[in-house]
Amino acid sequence: MSTISSPQTPPDQPHGDPAVHQEVRGRSLWDDARDRLLANRAAMASLCVLVLITIISILGPMLSPHPFDKVYRDYVKVPASLSAYPAEDEVEPAFRSLLKRARVSIDSFERTGNVVTAIVTSKREIDPRIVRYADRSDMFSGATLGDFSEDGKSAVMQADIAFVHFYFGTDSNGRDLMTRTFIAGRVSLTIGLLATIVAIAIGVVYGATSGYLGGRVDQSMMRVVDVLYSLPFIFFVIMLVVFFGRNFVLMFIAVGAVEWLDMARIVRGQTLTIKRQEYVQAAEAMGVSDGGILRRHVIPNTLGPVVVYMTLLVPKVILLESFLSFLGLGVQEPMTSWGVLISEGARNLQGAYWMLIFPSIFLTSTLFALNFIGDGLRDALDPKDR
Amino acid sequence: MTEAHSSNLQLSNETVLEIKDLTVDFETPTGPVHAVRGVDIHVARGETVAIVGESGSGKSQAMMAAMGLLASNGRTGGTVIYEDRNLLGLSIRQLNQVRGKKITMIFQEPMTSLDPLYTIGRQLAEPMVVHGGLSWKAAHAKALDLLKLVNIPEPEHKIKAYPHEMSGGQRQRVMIAMALANDPDVLIADEPTTALDVTTQAQILVLLKELQTRLGMAVIFITHDLGIVRQIADRVYVMKNGEVVEEGGTAQIFDTPSQPYTRMLLDAEPEGAKLPVKADAQILLEAQKISVEFALDTGFFSAPHLLRAVDDVSFSLRTGQTLGIVGESGSGKSTLGRALLNLLPSDGRVMLNGRQIVGLSRQEMRPLRKDLQLVFQDPFGSLSPRLTVGQIISEGLKVHATELSGKDRDRRAAQALEEVALDPVMRNRYPHEFSGGQRQRIAIARAMVLKPKLVVLDEPTSALDRTVQKQIVDLLRKLQEEHGLTYVFISHDLAVVRAMADTVMVMRNGKVVEAGATSHIFEAPQQDYTKELIRAAFMTATARAS
Repeated sequence: MSTISSPQTPPDQPHGDPAVHQEVRGRSLWDDARDRLLANRAAMASLCVLVLITIISILGPMLSPHPFDKVYRDYVKVPASLSAYPAEDEVEPAFRSLLKRARVSIDSFERTGNVVTAIVTSKREIDPRIVRYADRSDMFSGATLGDFSEDGKSAVMQADIAFVHFYFGTDSNGRDLMTRTFIAGRVSLTIGLLATIVAIAIGVVYGATSGYLGGRVDQSMMRVVDVLYSLPFIFFVIMLVVFFGRNFVLMFIAVGAVEWLDMARIVRGQTLTIKRQEYVQAAEAMGVSDGGILRRHVIPNTLGPVVVYMTLLVPKVILLESFLSFLGLGVQEPMTSWGVLISEGARNLQGAYWMLIFPSIFLTSTLFALNFIGDGLRDALDPKDR
Repeated sequence: MTEAHSSNLQLSNETVLEIKDLTVDFETPTGPVHAVRGVDIHVARGETVAIVGESGSGKSQAMMAAMGLLASNGRTGGTVIYEDRNLLGLSIRQLNQVRGKKITMIFQEPMTSLDPLYTIGRQLAEPMVVHGGLSWKAAHAKALDLLKLVNIPEPEHKIKAYPHEMSGGQRQRVMIAMALANDPDVLIADEPTTALDVTTQAQILVLLKELQTRLGMAVIFITHDLGIVRQIADRVYVMKNGEVVEEGGTAQIFDTPSQPYTRMLLDAEPEGAKLPVKADAQILLEAQKISVEFALDTGFFSAPHLLRAVDDVSFSLRTGQTLGIVGESGSGKSTLGRALLNLLPSDGRVMLNGRQIVGLSRQEMRPLRKDLQLVFQDPFGSLSPRLTVGQIISEGLKVHATELSGKDRDRRAAQALEEVALDPVMRNRYPHEFSGGQRQRIAIARAMVLKPKLVVLDEPTSALDRTVQKQIVDLLRKLQEEHGLTYVFISHDLAVVRAMADTVMVMRNGKVVEAGATSHIFEAPQQDYTKELIRAAFMTATARAS
């Protein structure tokens, strides 16, 4: 049972193929892990979800008709809807109210298709510039004033209704929530990924070095980690902000610089066990240098747990970023992230539930997907299966 | 032996467990694997049946399947009849009425089968309280009886001990005690002695035999070691590739095997002896008063406690000679091997070609490493799982033959593979795709690629099947002849040492008990300890010869 695939007859090589002799390719443990991962439905579904969210986040803001920072003053906190704004019954009151602001009174109002027509009168001569009132509104466009009466005190005003869609509704500033959710996805995923890579790069190298060298070096390197652990995170971030000013890159550094500590400990523990493996002793007996052993033997064998930890670290970092943004230390308006959107949504929960729900759906599905992928990876990489 | 055999046969009219047409299939990503293909095994009350075969022959899987203990991707077919019931069709709940009570198992690894957090007494008593409905006091008393039954010294004291406070043999005795707790009808022993030293192994076998005659249970003994089979079994099933190729009485199987496979298993004992080297051969390695001390770390502030693992060992070795170092686990033989290669800090003098190497730094050692190689016991642990075989073999060349190009290294790796009788096209594969014997060949190829002078072989055959052992021994002898290699051969397996070594050194507790020419040590041992070792090791061999 120890050899499921016999080396003499690799299942992926057809018999009698003359090329077989030159082309025997090994199946690495990574290949096996990939196959197991592909067989894991939950992980694969999660991967699809994650890819989908990523694509939406990248392409969504480009395809969306609304810029993420455009304010629609007429549509503050409008609920999510599949039908276009303005709604049927909103057109007339809105038109009336804007004409009222233009200090003209309305004799008749008529709507034909997407065009509204009104006969307006005023005690004074009507200033043709009042069309601006209509154009400035988000609901109407292309307003014209014509058919002036002789005394200029009455005219016909015509305007097109400008239909817009807010599938996710708008926020308390009247910005399209869908575009904002997408653009926030860019920020959150980028920070999640980059900060994780920073954390892992530092953590793996530091932990593997510390664990492999052992003894006094290990002791002092791990004490450094302990000291860094005891630094309050927020204090650390505030210090960074004070010294370097607020910027996007700083977020990666701040989060990465804190999260690598966990990674370093995990990798160190792994290294301590791998160090006692006979293949490491064999390499030592062969006279391979410390660097060579770390590079070829130790680090590749710690990567299994590292990959799993990475998928769990990404959600953690996304949440950390939300927290920092919430405190005003992270991303700044009008740029946004899922964390920021959710905290705004939470504040507006009464009366504008959609502001919470849509960003939350995106964040939680991402976190769910990452956790499932992490789970799947852990199963796939578990050597006990062999 | 034969008397016990026949008396048991008289008891064996009533079949307690009958396995019919058992099949086991595993679903794997590379397609289904048929591990067991229609096996018929039956065992009678009071009978000992041995199932032998090389690893991968399906012998363990057949028994695991019968007990409903297969891995989740396994499927079983056929019938397993115990007390007129087919165990394979039972629910887990019904199965648990039988399994662990009336049919029990003991496993190979006594180190991992006990929970390190609980005392032996508690672990023995708990199932009796939970399943048997006994009070803790009664269960405790029964646990004590069981410990006495399996001959644990000072049972009143040991019942309060934790697993780590016991030796491997004692732990295996505890496992047997656990298996006996409910007066089982059938005891399945899956390689119960493989992980133990020879002397302990002999004791455990005697105990099992004794308990069986006393309690009248049936024993199914799974092993790859035919010596053991000869000693304790009434009947033997020989398995190969998931099928029973031969069955019969022990005497019949051993004396008149009908299948070539059985004959091959029987002939697997390493044979022959090494030809002596010329008397004028140069002295390659000379060790004088080597000692190795380990500081047991007792805490940050307290002074370390010193453990002397190797104590004042001296010997000299000529080019082409093989020194066999034998001893039980913990005797310091592996530590000595590493000290000889200066992989551990040690005291004393190790002269390689007249040059003292103890105390040299890693940098100073590096050019010498080419001549000194090490082959390990565990062929699964000594090859880095994420590198290809070609990378593993050529790694040494990267260090010591920096002038070689990648292509040259690859060619040398291919040559080394050919030398150990493996197909060079396999060098792009990964270690887990090879069997234990093939992996050990790869490990040897890794040592040989540098054309060393001295190779320390640390139990290179202990983790392998007997038949594979023999091949590896032959290979090592062939390589020695061709390249004039000098070996330090560390093993607890005296049969292999006898076939390999010119001189033998017996170690115990870090000290050399006895040393001398191989034939001298084996034929006329002087010390009691040596005699005991040899007796335990060749109990099986002499049984065969008689």
